Amino acid sequence: MRKIAIYGKGGIGKSTTTQNTVAGLAEMGNKVMVVGCDPKADSTRLLLGGLVQNTVLDTLREEGEDVELEDVRKVGFGGTLCTESGGPEPGVGCAGRGIITSINLLEQLGAYSEDEKLDYVFYDVLGDVVCGGFAMPIREGKAQEIYIVVSGEMMAMYAANNICKGIVKFAEAGGVRLGGLICNSRKVDNELEMISELAAQLGTQMIHFVPRDNVVQRAEINRKTVIDYEPANPQADEYRTLAKKIQENEMLVIPKPLPIENLEKLLIDYGLAG
Amino acid sequence: MESTAENITYSKESIEELKQDILKKYPTKVARKRAKQIIINKIDEGDAVPEIGANTRTVPGILTQRGCTYAGCKGVILGPTRDLVNIVHGPIGCSFYAWLTRRNQTRPVDDNDENFMTYCFSTDMQDSDIVFGGEGKLRQAVQEAYDLFHPKAISIFATCPVGLIGDDIHQVAREMKEKLGINVFAFSCEGYKGVSQSAGHHIANNGIFKHVVGEDDTVKEGEYKINLLGEYNIGGDGFEIDRILEECGIQVVSTFSGNSTYGQFANCHTADLNTVMCHRSINYVAEMMETKFGIPWIKINFIGAKSTAKSLRKIADYFGEQKLKDRVEEVIAREMPEVEKVMMDVRSRCEGKTAMMFVGGSRAHHYQELFNEMGMKTLSAGYEFAHRDDYEGRKVLPTIKIDADSRNIEELEVEQDPARYKPRKTDEQMKALADQGYTFKDYKGMMPEMEANSLVIDDISHYETERLIEFYEPDIVCAGIKEKFVVQKSGVPMKQLHSYDSGGPYAGFRGAVNFYKEIDRMVNSKVKTYLKAPWQKNPELSGHYVWE
Repeated sequence: MRKIAIYGKGGIGKSTTTQNTVAGLAEMGNKVMVVGCDPKADSTRLLLGGLVQNTVLDTLREEGEDVELEDVRKVGFGGTLCTESGGPEPGVGCAGRGIITSINLLEQLGAYSEDEKLDYVFYDVLGDVVCGGFAMPIREGKAQEIYIVVSGEMMAMYAANNICKGIVKFAEAGGVRLGGLICNSRKVDNELEMISELAAQLGTQMIHFVPRDNVVQRAEINRKTVIDYEPANPQADEYRTLAKKIQENEMLVIPKPLPIENLEKLLIDYGLAG
Repeated sequence: MESTAENITYSKESIEELKQDILKKYPTKVARKRAKQIIINKIDEGDAVPEIGANTRTVPGILTQRGCTYAGCKGVILGPTRDLVNIVHGPIGCSFYAWLTRRNQTRPVDDNDENFMTYCFSTDMQDSDIVFGGEGKLRQAVQEAYDLFHPKAISIFATCPVGLIGDDIHQVAREMKEKLGINVFAFSCEGYKGVSQSAGHHIANNGIFKHVVGEDDTVKEGEYKINLLGEYNIGGDGFEIDRILEECGIQVVSTFSGNSTYGQFANCHTADLNTVMCHRSINYVAEMMETKFGIPWIKINFIGAKSTAKSLRKIADYFGEQKLKDRVEEVIAREMPEVEKVMMDVRSRCEGKTAMMFVGGSRAHHYQELFNEMGMKTLSAGYEFAHRDDYEGRKVLPTIKIDADSRNIEELEVEQDPARYKPRKTDEQMKALADQGYTFKDYKGMMPEMEANSLVIDDISHYETERLIEFYEPDIVCAGIKEKFVVQKSGVPMKQLHSYDSGGPYAGFRGAVNFYKEIDRMVNSKVKTYLKAPWQKNPELSGHYVWE
């Protein structure tokens, strides 16, 4: 079982990319579980064809300790197993603590056990690594591989670099490694070259460049992944390719985060300063 | 061989050697910090004493005596108020372990009088309250408490997780105050705020001042009306002080906060004098009440029979009327013979014995009076959570550095109350008192009243306590529950001066008698000489694992 966490700046397309990639892996015959670690609980919407009704934390709150795996785990596209951690409304409580509670519960309920015969577990994590709770998926060997979704926009690259700092911290203590950057294109000038260079400087790879295509939005509005919605669309093949590259990826590294000056220089060298 | 207190002296060199020996065990940076908090006393011209490091963070890993900010706020200050429902917003342990553990007593006036101190109110936060926020549960708890008891007021205390997840307890308090029509107020006294419980005292007193003081303008009857600030009625101390004051014809409008009620706080601004017992926990309330309402304050001390007499005379001198002075003298004359009889009796057995005291923010100072009366000498003393002014006197106040930890605690901006400010004395009267040597708002601190070369230690650790016991071999050590067994295992009697173990009262005249008898019993007990600890009989213990 490979355990993979997807991080990246908020709004970068983590959930969309994760679900489309998971759909690709499922299509290849893999058994995949997706654990949404975002209080909004929208990490499995495209696989399930709608928002999940029972998040782990809501169920825990309503049912008390008497929770069954089936209460919080639903089967989605291609036999994928989908769970959503859930969490508080914005501005109250502690979402980070929620993720810790939720992952611990899933473990106790046997969601990761051998009998489940999982090939992959994907953690789709909210935004940046803001506190200990959001780092939970990469602590204590929960996820071993990280992919960072990034684009050629400065703040996205900045966030990617910050996430790498978090990975370094946990890589030394646990065993987590960076598998690569996924460029979710925003059609920024020289994006492919720039992200390839960023990846090189971080000591990793740009595992795939996902072009921008409106079919992704159309599929989303229909609550589907592209592979599900328009299997023949070239964009579906992009996700299949990404899935295949992840399946075959052997380049797992401890990243080398860049000093902020180097990051700025990269942007200037690739013409973003105008 | 009989020794007397007078002949026990230690040279500066031997104490310096002890200090260096203690510091040697610490890493360099820790040793540097502790060196500032372990001071060999020296009294110069004008009661000048060496500067001591106090009210600074304890180095993590050191077994400190200190408690937390929540303990200071809920446990110490608001805990003793019987008709206030104190709801602790947090996991259950925070409430349970702050529930009557200080032995602060209360005496409802009759069977119908409210007393909620025997209840333990908590929101009992669970994991899901942390994740989703606990404001709803808190609101519900306030409502439930109101429905069940209809108290005059409800107060809410934040524990650590509440601050971390950002529950807005003040907003909940405002909403519930509006809804229920009773006073509801909250304290952001998360345990990790500040460096000790002292921060909690400050937060609590600020809260009472802001939300309660001045709510009731009824002027009660009484010729000589005072507030007793910083007296927490541990083991019934406050009852004894009340008894004495009553016999003198002095009315206590409010006590902060032993045996207190909400109504006393609300009405306390009608008193004519503030008397401050524990300077540390409450001097700022006295200051604020003077600024806002014009009530002067004096430092008093009811620990020790002679201090009690002195304090009564000081109160009488303030009011200045011969009638009161005469009555105070009558009371003193009536009370002292019994005190002196017991004092002389215990002196025959206790004279020359020695004590160490590491406790509180005023007790390590006040109790030296009682030991002096018994002919016993305090070799070394220190506070757990006091500030520099409690050691060195208020004269050093302008030189105390305000650090980030202190800035973290709200400092109230208080102004003269336009309607209710009323100077209790004219400028001439104040001047006349000053000319007679009468001092207002003054506290000289502990160090000027201790001998030169006595060792003063702030925030002492278990390790240092053990080292001091080895060095001084004192006849008794006074501290709190956390130190109790460290001391007793060394074969030295230990008296708790936070909770008084199961004894008390020790304040006032009868309290002094109780204390003399208790200490006499403890220091003259031969029980330790009849016992041998296992390691004394069999120094080398061997053992094996049962599964081997």
